[in-house]
Amino acid sequence: MSSEKTNSSRRDFLVKSMTLIPAVVVGGSSVGALGMVENAVAAESKPHSAPDQGEWTPRFFNSDEWAFVKAAVARLIPADERGPGALEAGVPEFIDRQMNTPYATGSIWYMQGPFNPDVPKEMGYQLPLVPKQIYNLGIVEANDWCRQQYGKPFAELDAAKQDAALSQFESGTASFKQLPASLFFSYLLQNTREGFFSDPIHGGNKGMVGWTLINFPGARADFMDWVERGERYPFPPVSINGERA
Amino acid sequence: MATVMKKTDAVIVGFGWVGAIMAKELTEAGLNVVALERGPMRDTWPDGAYPQVIDELTYNIRRKLFQDLSKSTVTIRHNTSQTAVPYRQLAAFLPGTGVGGAGLHWSGVHFRADPIELRMRSHYEERYGKNFIPQDMIIQDFGVTYDELEPFFDKAEKVFGTSGTAWTVKGKVVGKDRGGNPFAPDRSDDFPLPAQKNTWSAQLFEKAGREVGYHPYNLPSANTSDSYTNPYGAQMGPCNFCGFCSGYACYMYSKASPNVNILPALRMEKRFELRTNSNVLKVNLTDDKTRATGVTYVDAQGREVEQPADLVIVGAFQFHNVHLMLLSGIGKPYNPETGEGVVGRNFAYQNMTTIKAIFDKDTFTNPFIGAGGNGVGIDDFNADNFDHSEVGFVGGSPFWVNQAGTKPISGLPVPPGTPAWGSKWKAAVADTYTHHLSMDAHGAHQSYRQNYLDLDPNYKNIYGQPLLRMTFDWQENDIKMAQFMFDKMAPIAKAMNPKYMLGSPKNANSHFDTTSYQTTHMNGGVVMGEDPKTSAVNRYLQSWDVHNVFVIGASAFPQGLGYNPTGTVAALAYWSAKAIREQYLKNPGPLVQA
Repeated sequence: MSSEKTNSSRRDFLVKSMTLIPAVVVGGSSVGALGMVENAVAAESKPHSAPDQGEWTPRFFNSDEWAFVKAAVARLIPADERGPGALEAGVPEFIDRQMNTPYATGSIWYMQGPFNPDVPKEMGYQLPLVPKQIYNLGIVEANDWCRQQYGKPFAELDAAKQDAALSQFESGTASFKQLPASLFFSYLLQNTREGFFSDPIHGGNKGMVGWTLINFPGARADFMDWVERGERYPFPPVSINGERA
Repeated sequence: MATVMKKTDAVIVGFGWVGAIMAKELTEAGLNVVALERGPMRDTWPDGAYPQVIDELTYNIRRKLFQDLSKSTVTIRHNTSQTAVPYRQLAAFLPGTGVGGAGLHWSGVHFRADPIELRMRSHYEERYGKNFIPQDMIIQDFGVTYDELEPFFDKAEKVFGTSGTAWTVKGKVVGKDRGGNPFAPDRSDDFPLPAQKNTWSAQLFEKAGREVGYHPYNLPSANTSDSYTNPYGAQMGPCNFCGFCSGYACYMYSKASPNVNILPALRMEKRFELRTNSNVLKVNLTDDKTRATGVTYVDAQGREVEQPADLVIVGAFQFHNVHLMLLSGIGKPYNPETGEGVVGRNFAYQNMTTIKAIFDKDTFTNPFIGAGGNGVGIDDFNADNFDHSEVGFVGGSPFWVNQAGTKPISGLPVPPGTPAWGSKWKAAVADTYTHHLSMDAHGAHQSYRQNYLDLDPNYKNIYGQPLLRMTFDWQENDIKMAQFMFDKMAPIAKAMNPKYMLGSPKNANSHFDTTSYQTTHMNGGVVMGEDPKTSAVNRYLQSWDVHNVFVIGASAFPQGLGYNPTGTVAALAYWSAKAIREQYLKNPGPLVQA
């Protein structure tokens, strides 16, 4: 992670100088002047070093779980010719950090019984499990299933077998004992997408690689002069802490 | 034993749009007012401060500003043969909590009701005959007409700083070829601000809509097109289309909210007190149940507190209003078997149909640009603007492109057949995101005998009270209308020449799906009307049974509107406030004789 000091001073600068001013101004250019666009892109496209990988020490996941999460997210959003994937974006760190939030303990949901999980899916989530438990139980089940099918836990399989296993989790054709495989998969996929596309402040989307992939400008949040135009938005993304891709 | 507070003239339950409007109106009338908001204090700072608010995960995905379901929720079932289960996670609808309520995180689409929808049953019976309306469809007239409400629609727009293009003002056409809506009712005055600029998506929709032969207009938006100072002296800055509108507090002070547009004036009012973290449990009644004596609430420390008051305004979100009426024993609960009883009756929602268009890589729609209320619509199939006699359903839908800002966690469409993950998915989202748009048929929803609200026998909130139970499913009329609207909207999408179109209407097997977002526009349950047998409150929103209780909000709508409800909720609040100020306070008692 980049130094806390830099982040907070950048944030202070943003807050103090830009209460009601568009983020684009940070580059020292005015979006009002069309002639400035190319300069603004050039000024903002300074190379950023590849984010440091592997230094995050998981606070929630044990080593088996951590190996699974890292291997699984790398298949769900792989690094390929379109750019870095979920692993490079820090999605495992994101998911580990999320496990220490009210979301993961289910404390933003109504979780009083009785539970009736057999109602039609239109009635919504009806299990007593919260995300922390879904990960704890689901990873054990996923690894057990992989050992039965392929003789090895998920993280030790080759990419093709990992993809085959994930497909069977997704469709629910893999049978887990303690929770539906498809439920576990849906949380894993949703959290992976969240980690790939949320602000880097949450630990994922390092270098804003997710936003760069789809040309989402992040926290710029001012399009007064772009609203009527049907053309490519030229500025690279910025994050809440003021980093630029 | 509850702590008993000093008596006040009026107590208001809930501090969203209704609570703020009523607090302002009643303090202006010289009353001492206490407003009780069950959620925390919220305001532009810190809840909407830039850059922290530009955070999709915290706000839209983890639901920061919405109701905390761990404290209280509703239960849902499709019909009376089922056991209702709790709405455990927010999805289909997103009620608010905290100061400003849903008015802090709404989008800003600010309509007046269509005149015929305020006298729905009368209009349909007059034009199509009594037999046209299905027997189990219990649509009704509001008991107030557009002409009566017009000054209050106007007042609300001036308070909200609404941007739009009028069609006629005092009968004179002013909006032809300028983005006015030829189907709009007459107005006494123009919008306080001109319409906002239109996104590229809205421009594509406008062009295609015109090509197909319809009448595109600028959506009325409570997002400012320019600087504005409202009649209360509250100041707004021009919206910059940041794209973080729906689900967020506005860092630009551009989206109307109770916090931005009314609270600054109330803060200077000595007669007004706002208590947050104050969850009202019930309205207290005299022994003979003819008059309210105040309310009982639980404060932040869990203590029960009694607030005596001469006047009780129930102004929370639609289903909380219904819940509180049932918990307090005001009005007879509705019984779907006999059709008798009024509280919980006429529960209705919205009947949406969406089409997404995906273009090639040379068409840039930049969906991250947007404002919640902004866009272009057509009303050719809204309300009764088209002949219903051959179509076999009641109701209509405006169509629109309302690009409020599509963000990547929640809004990445892919072409049909794309896997949900892996390199193919990754390539698809990269190729699609900045090249797509979404259009909605924002359909009206009718009320039915079998869709209603009551108290759940199995589940309780953290205060030990029974949860509110929704018995609700789509009916044949809803499915027919959704299919008709899809067929009418698809040619507009096709006229844009997309590579792919996504979407499908409801079908005969469609059930209400609590898991995917539709709208937060829930209606009814404490319906207004002219007959105490079929309405819980009279045309001034006053309880038929307990004359010093007024229940204001979309809970008063006898059926859902084609348009978004907030503009009508605000107008009804001003309408009711005027009746309280000019009639009730002089002579407390029923304003309408049953």
